[in-house]
Amino acid sequence: MKTRNASDSLLLGIFYFVITLFAALCLLPFLLLISSSVTDELSLIRNGYGLLPPKPSLEAYKLILGSASIYKSYAVTLIVTVVGTAISMLVTSGIAYAISERRLKYAGVISFILYLTILFNGGLVAYYLLIVKYLHLNDTIWALILPGVLSPYYVFMLRNFFRTVPESLAESARIDGANDWTVMLRIILPVSLPAMSTIGLFYAIGFWNEWFRALLFIEKPDLYPLQYIIMAIIRNVEFASTMVNGNQQVAAVVPALSARMATTVVTIGPIVFLYPFLQRYFIRGLVMGAVKG
Amino acid sequence: MNRKRKTFAGTVQAVFRELAVNKYLYLLTLPGLLFVLIFNYVPMLGIYVAFLNFNPIKGLTGSEFVGFRNFEFFFSGLDWPIVTWNTIYLNLLFIAGEILSAIALAVILNEIGGKWFKRLTQSVIILPFFISWAVVSIFMIAFLSSDGGLVNKALEAAGLQAVNFYSTPEAWPGILIAIRIWKSAGYGTIIYLAAMAGINNDLYESAKIDGANRLQMIRYITLPLMKSITFLLVLLALGRVFYGDFGMIYALVGDNSFLYPTTDVIDTFVYRSLRTLGDFGMASAIGLYQSVMGLVLILITNRIVKIYDKEASIY
Repeated sequence: MKTRNASDSLLLGIFYFVITLFAALCLLPFLLLISSSVTDELSLIRNGYGLLPPKPSLEAYKLILGSASIYKSYAVTLIVTVVGTAISMLVTSGIAYAISERRLKYAGVISFILYLTILFNGGLVAYYLLIVKYLHLNDTIWALILPGVLSPYYVFMLRNFFRTVPESLAESARIDGANDWTVMLRIILPVSLPAMSTIGLFYAIGFWNEWFRALLFIEKPDLYPLQYIIMAIIRNVEFASTMVNGNQQVAAVVPALSARMATTVVTIGPIVFLYPFLQRYFIRGLVMGAVKG
Repeated sequence: MNRKRKTFAGTVQAVFRELAVNKYLYLLTLPGLLFVLIFNYVPMLGIYVAFLNFNPIKGLTGSEFVGFRNFEFFFSGLDWPIVTWNTIYLNLLFIAGEILSAIALAVILNEIGGKWFKRLTQSVIILPFFISWAVVSIFMIAFLSSDGGLVNKALEAAGLQAVNFYSTPEAWPGILIAIRIWKSAGYGTIIYLAAMAGINNDLYESAKIDGANRLQMIRYITLPLMKSITFLLVLLALGRVFYGDFGMIYALVGDNSFLYPTTDVIDTFVYRSLRTLGDFGMASAIGLYQSVMGLVLILITNRIVKIYDKEASIY
C-alpha cells in the first residue's frame, strides 16, 4: 500500500521485535508459574524454576485440591465478588444516573461530596477503628464487602457516560408518562450496557484481587479469601504444607514450593480463562472513560 | 434581621421544593451517599486519634489528650525523612517509567499493521494489569529467589555471582520499577492509542509528500501531539505522589526489614506502627501528615490542570 524505503522497513522490524519481546515478557511469569506448579517437588528444589518441568508431577494439585481450605476460600472469594459487585452496581448506577441529570440542582454538591473523599481521608487508623470497634464487622464477610462498595472514580466515569445518552430518548419516554426510575431502568441502563459491564468488571476484579481488608479484619481461617491465602503462603512456605495436611505428619517431601505455585494457578484461573472474552469490553470501556473522563 | 430570616426560610423552602420535585433522583443518590458518609466521612472524625495517647480499651473519649506529642515523636525520629523520601522517590520513578513505556508501546502499536497481530499483542500486554499484587509476589519468587530463581540461574549460567535479592536493598528501586512497567505499561497504552487515533491523517499524508520517513513522522507529528495528554497524566499523578502504593509494596516486600532502607513508604510505615507497635496515636498522626501533604499537592496540581485545560480535571 505504501512505498517503503530501507530505513522504514528497519524501523518497522525493530518495532515488531520490541512489541513481541514485551508481550513475551508479559506471558513469561504465567508460563513459569504453570510449569513449576506441575514440577516434581524434588526437581524444583534441585533445578529451580524453569519453563519446562523436567519431571512433571500433579502431586501439588492433588494435595491442595484434597484439602477443604481451598474450597472454602474459593467460596468466600466468589461470594464477596458476586455480592459485592451486585451491591456496587446498584449503588453506583443509581447515584451516577441521578447526578448525570442536568436538571438536578444539587448534582454539583453531591459530586463535590464524592470528590472530597478522593482528596482527603481519615487514614488507616480511623478506618480500622470504625470497622472493628464501632461497626464490629471484623471476622464477618461484610468487612470484605461493604468498604469496597462505592468508588467515586467509577461513579464519575459512569456519570460521564450517561451524559452522552441523547436527551431526546429520555424526553420522549417522559412525555409518555414515565418517571425517573422507569427512565433509568428502561432507557438509560439498557443503552449504557457496555459502560455498565466495564464498570461491573472493574468492581469484580477489585473484589477478586482484594487482600488488604482480609489482612486487617479477618482472623477466622474460614473467611480467608483466596488472595489472602496467597499472601500467607508467600510469608510462610510451611503454611502451604499445613494447609495441605492439617495433621502434622511429615511426609518424605511435602510439595510446599510447588503447592504455592499450584494454589496461585487455581487463584488466577478464572481471570486468565475469562480474560480473552472480557478484554474487548475492558478496552472499549477504558477508551470511553479515558476520552470523556 | 426580619428580612434576613425570611430569605433564609425562602432558601429552605426552595431546597425542599427541589427535593420534592426530583424526589426519585435524590432517592437514587441516598444509598451511595450513605456509604460515603459511613466509610469515608465518619473516619475523618477519627483524625482526633492523632492527638490522643490512644488506648483501644478506653476508646476515643477515655484516652488522654496529648496535643501534638505524637507528631513530635514521629518528626524527631529517624524514620520520617526516609519514608517520606522513599514515597516520593519511588512514585517519581513509577510515573516516569510508566508514562515513557506506555508512550513507546503505543507508538509501536500505532505503527505496526496487521489487525490480528495488533489485537493479540495488545490483549497480552494488558493482561498483567488485572493480576493482584499477591500473585505478582509469587511470580517474583520464581524470578528472584536465591535458590532456583530464573534471574540467578541466568547469572550463574553467564558465569556471574548470584545475588541474594531479598537482602540487597539497592536493587529494589530497579526491581519495583521493572515490575511496575510490566504490570501497567500495557494498560497505559489505551489512553495514548485513543489519542493517536484522533490525529488527523492529512498531517501524515502531507509529511509523506514532503518525503518524511516513518521515524520523522513519529518524531515531528505523533510525539508532539502527545505532549498535552502526557502533561495532564503527569500532573494528575504528581498530585498523588505522597501516597505510597501500599498494595504493591506490602505484597512484594512485606515484613522483610532488610529492604526497608529503599522500599519503606509512608503507608507501610503507618501499617507497621499500627500492627506491630500498636501505636494508634502515632500511626494516626503520620496518616494525617500524609493526608494534609497529599491534599495540598492535589489541590495545587488540579489548579494547574484547570488553568491548562478546563475539561481535563477529574472533577
